[in-house]
Amino acid sequence: MSIDVSTAVSSAPVIKRGIFRQILRNPLAVASSVVLLIVVVVAILQPWIMPFPPQQVTLRLTNAPPFTSHYILGGDKFGRDILSRLIAGTRGAVIAALILASIALAIGVTFGLIAGYFGKIFDSISSWIFAVLIAAPGIIVLIALYTLIDVSTPLAMATLGVLSSPGIFYLVRTLTMTVRNELYVDAARVSGLSNFRIVGRHVLLAIKGPIIILAAFLSGGAIAVSAGLEFLGLGDPKDPTWGGMLNDAFTNYYIASWQLIWPGAALGIATAAFVLLGNAFRDTLEGAFVRPSARARRRQIASLIDETAVAKTLGASATAAALGTSVPDAALLDIEDLQICYAPNNELTTVVDGISLKVSDGEVVGLVGESGSGKTQTVFAALGLLPEQAIVARGSIRLGGVELLGMPEQRISHYRGTTMAYVPQEPLSNLDPSFTIGSQLVEGIRVQTTMSRRDAKQLALSTLARVGIRDPKRTFASYPHEISGGMAQRALIAGAIACKPRLLVADEPTTALDVTVQAEVLDLLRDLQRETGMGVLVVTHNFGVVADLCDRVIVMRTGKIVEEGPVSEVFANPQHEYTRQLLAAVLDETETRERTPRATSVLAS
Amino acid sequence: MIIYIVRKILTGVVVFISVTALTFVLFYVRGGEAIARSFLPANASIEQQAGLANSLGLLRPLPVQYLDWLGQVFTGSLGRSFASGQPVLDALSSRIPVTLSLVVVSLLLMIVLAVPMGVSAATRGGILDRGLQLLSVIVQAIPGYWLALILVIVFGLTLRLVPATGYIPITTSFTGWLSTIILPSIAIALGSVAFVATQIRGSMLDVMRADYVRTLRSRGISRRSIVFRHALRNAAPATLTILSLQVIALLGGAIIVERIYALPGLGTISINAGQAGDVPIVLGTVAFMVVVIVIVNLVTDILNGFLNPKARI
Repeated sequence: MSIDVSTAVSSAPVIKRGIFRQILRNPLAVASSVVLLIVVVVAILQPWIMPFPPQQVTLRLTNAPPFTSHYILGGDKFGRDILSRLIAGTRGAVIAALILASIALAIGVTFGLIAGYFGKIFDSISSWIFAVLIAAPGIIVLIALYTLIDVSTPLAMATLGVLSSPGIFYLVRTLTMTVRNELYVDAARVSGLSNFRIVGRHVLLAIKGPIIILAAFLSGGAIAVSAGLEFLGLGDPKDPTWGGMLNDAFTNYYIASWQLIWPGAALGIATAAFVLLGNAFRDTLEGAFVRPSARARRRQIASLIDETAVAKTLGASATAAALGTSVPDAALLDIEDLQICYAPNNELTTVVDGISLKVSDGEVVGLVGESGSGKTQTVFAALGLLPEQAIVARGSIRLGGVELLGMPEQRISHYRGTTMAYVPQEPLSNLDPSFTIGSQLVEGIRVQTTMSRRDAKQLALSTLARVGIRDPKRTFASYPHEISGGMAQRALIAGAIACKPRLLVADEPTTALDVTVQAEVLDLLRDLQRETGMGVLVVTHNFGVVADLCDRVIVMRTGKIVEEGPVSEVFANPQHEYTRQLLAAVLDETETRERTPRATSVLAS
Repeated sequence: MIIYIVRKILTGVVVFISVTALTFVLFYVRGGEAIARSFLPANASIEQQAGLANSLGLLRPLPVQYLDWLGQVFTGSLGRSFASGQPVLDALSSRIPVTLSLVVVSLLLMIVLAVPMGVSAATRGGILDRGLQLLSVIVQAIPGYWLALILVIVFGLTLRLVPATGYIPITTSFTGWLSTIILPSIAIALGSVAFVATQIRGSMLDVMRADYVRTLRSRGISRRSIVFRHALRNAAPATLTILSLQVIALLGGAIIVERIYALPGLGTISINAGQAGDVPIVLGTVAFMVVVIVIVNLVTDILNGFLNPKARI
């Protein structure tokens, strides 16, 4: 049994200043620290605080019950004082934890840093060594060490430390690789700092958090494992140990079953203290995340805002009918006074602040602003795809006159694909890597229509051909990693338009693409819009895209609309200072990159 | 794919040779006379020791001895016990089913309990999620053998629902086998269940937050299909890797827990053989465990190869 902690730490929390002060605010962490401190102090002071020598036998007190004699916790089956033996056992436990954790950390961290930082040959060699170590059956090796070679307990714990090091190695290696590619480490390298100093100062600092957590878990594990070995009767039977006491008590169960309590409790408390301390560190560094239930969300939103916000955010079946009334001659998409908030730590932050916008049939509207202006949140709200932490505080979103806010997810999904569709920003991360392009398209088409599998496949193939994919059959059978970013974006557009939606919402559809592919995708979107006459709401931070595609433009900043109007008017005569800044930024970009000629011609007019 | 599998098998062979070579050196490095001494009376002469060591083949150079042993392994033998002269494979063959029963049943328990726990904590949240996180801290702090003691005392000695100790082979009686194996398996599995469930919860949450899940939803695909078809499928490789690492932990747990339930498994035989100085038996146990670990890793790699389109060649 090696102690596996590799997966206990999921990500790389960066240690913040004042971490220890933060830890001290966690009562569980303080309690665990106090327990551990007591254990360590007892281990150091044990020769002076033991009431009796742990080997002293008083036959009269054999199996004496607790609190009946001067053996306070009672006597064991040989007539020895249980309390003294318990105190004597702390030293073994502390030493086991110390040796195992420090050996495992020393080996795992050193090799992990070297393999992760220098890579190449160092990486392959150490990965091999640890692949062998991880396959060694630790417990049998330990049993053999004790019985065949008669090693001492510290040496056995050191061996177990070596056998537990692979988990740490793999974690540190992965973390180091991540940090190594960070820009600030590049900067340090360029500025001529030696590798040794970069690793010591920057890399080690960044991976300190996970290492502290691991050290705590390892120490707890070490106490449990060493007691387990003692329980098996390995090691020097004369030494008073918790595991040995547990074994004595177990064999004596029919006579004095209460003897199991003391060593069990000592073992449980010491192990738990380490584990709880490790958890407290992890929660402080990574944030304890509990996914709130729907009811808890309801309560939170109701207390922060009001019941209407609850209904708009989570859907309310009772009012859904009233909300879902259809208005004739309504705009295709009509957003009115929409406010979206987040409430991290129960403090409200508003990201979209009372915006209203309309998209008519056949109209192409651009939503412009820099990152953080709330434009993506707005369109996610329109699609009903806001992150689950988001709160819709007030407002209304009507699709063809039907209110979407408050509508249960199941009913909204009827509108998805057929009435409104979505083209995402990052093509490759928006395709499920485990399914072929074709199966993802067919699944969507079959949900939206009543087509047979064969018809759906035909439609998927013809749509792939329509979006300009030269070999649709091949792309249909490909996995996402087998196609380029441009192809992936075309496939996503195919997924969006396959069932002829009335409204297409595109979130920065060209940002992640190469410049040459950008122009092709914009052409494709324009052609598709003209062909089908659908309304388009396109989110972008690029006025070039607006000039290329849009009829009307809406400029957003920090959650509010600052300007809107027909594209030619806004370009010719921007009213708001912010719009002017954004336009100026595009002009610079156009001059240096020579963007599409059409954009410049519009700008010049 | 075939190249991938062949490469993984070769890796497994190299790992097997490295681990057994290391342990071989560790066990035999004391020298032949020292090993022979444990099988002779205390007053045996130096000549007698050397004679026995020689007849056991212990005076040859270590690499020769190891290659000899390795050659035997590839012909399907693990040598003979120093103590009884019985072939090691025969001595182990009655023990292996006991330990394997423990590992398989506790692994099944773990999958049956941990997967639904992890998935529902990730998709439902709330009290389920909080409960899982609390449980994982609690069981992490309780060593498996301690739990085993409690279980044997409550269910075996006090309630007498199942036999407290002993083993009934599955070939004799299935229910008898299950009654002897279930308590130790629970004791071994329980510590890992909450840990594995937490890991599954984490990978499910990662997948549920992925961009492609939002895009799939934007096409009207139901939550049911997203959770059970897409998210579960994408969280599967990480889950498999976690489970395969747990098998190593389960093997270690089985060795200790066998002792509490007096099960005649590999743990018991290797402790006894170790105390008797019977190196071939202990080495045979190591070899068997390495083979199990290598096979588990191989199966995991191959399954992950099938699950991950990028690894499929």
